[in-house]
Amino acid sequence: MARRRKKRSLPQINAGSMADIAFLLLIFFIVATTMDTDSGLLTKLPPMPDPDQPPPPEIHDRNIFQVLVNANDEILVEGEWAGLASIQKSAILFIDNNGDGSCNYCTGSRQPNMSDNPDKAVISLQNDRGTSYNMYIQVQNELKRAYNELRNTASMNKFGIKYEDLRGDNQREIRKMYPMKISEAEPKNIGGD
Amino acid sequence: MSHFHKKGTKGSPGINTASLPDIVFMLLFFFMVTTTVRDASLKVRLITPQATEIQKLEKKSLVSYIYIGPPIRAMQPKFGTEPRIQLNDAYASLSDIPLFIEMERKAHDEKEIPYLTTSLKIDKEVKMGIVTDVKQELRKMNALKINYSTKKGGRADE
Repeated sequence: MARRRKKRSLPQINAGSMADIAFLLLIFFIVATTMDTDSGLLTKLPPMPDPDQPPPPEIHDRNIFQVLVNANDEILVEGEWAGLASIQKSAILFIDNNGDGSCNYCTGSRQPNMSDNPDKAVISLQNDRGTSYNMYIQVQNELKRAYNELRNTASMNKFGIKYEDLRGDNQREIRKMYPMKISEAEPKNIGGD
Repeated sequence: MSHFHKKGTKGSPGINTASLPDIVFMLLFFFMVTTTVRDASLKVRLITPQATEIQKLEKKSLVSYIYIGPPIRAMQPKFGTEPRIQLNDAYASLSDIPLFIEMERKAHDEKEIPYLTTSLKIDKEVKMGIVTDVKQELRKMNALKINYSTKKGGRADE
């Protein structure tokens, strides 16, 4: 007990300014905080072609959905002028076409000039060096929207919930039903910079 | 204990501020955890395009940024108005990108390398030429996971 008493006689650290110090730090962190998380269109670039590998087999014409954007931001879909608004619809028709009948969840009308099945369907996007970045993103967005809508429908039919609310394996399953294949051709310079 | 007694002043009791430091510390820790200090000051004008089908980038520490846009007004007398690439804090050229990616990879664990994402923050007025060049450069470096940074917004035709 005697020792205790001795200890107590040591001067205590004054904690009165602790709140002030904490406030100072707090204000610093409030000012330095950026809450915005980055968001955007996540994509994967194709790897560089390997010179040792043989070139990939030619894809049948009917399985390619061609989207061209020129230097004046004009869009050509499958050889015809198109507006931004119509891309999604025609992409869905193309992907969901079910030409060879192997896709039992597709609702397409089995046109002879559109894709065999969603697995074979490839969207080829080609732009000019003079295309504006904004237009490029809009077109990418529309194509993505087409896939998202197809996946959503499939997910609603199968699991009864939206695609984005699915977890792990289920989401992978839907993704496999409609694999996103957007190929970007090697850039061309037609219209100039 | 008698010396704790007040001398009979019967005003309203003061608010007890003993827990104030605790509250402040709690807030402090919250902000410390959520803070990511802005590491690059922008030297290019950036108005990213709007899109609807966007995803949030999950792990911020795995993302590196490439900015492309016309120089900000203060820099225009020196650098003109042609779109430029900015890496970290300075203007860069295409040939600096491989080194930039290499540095990013070195700063991370080997296991994390496949998950490294490059976020392209590009002004919407920029032409695709320079963007394509950057993309080709990234392909050469095998940095294939990219993100076109966009804002959430309505579609352009609506």
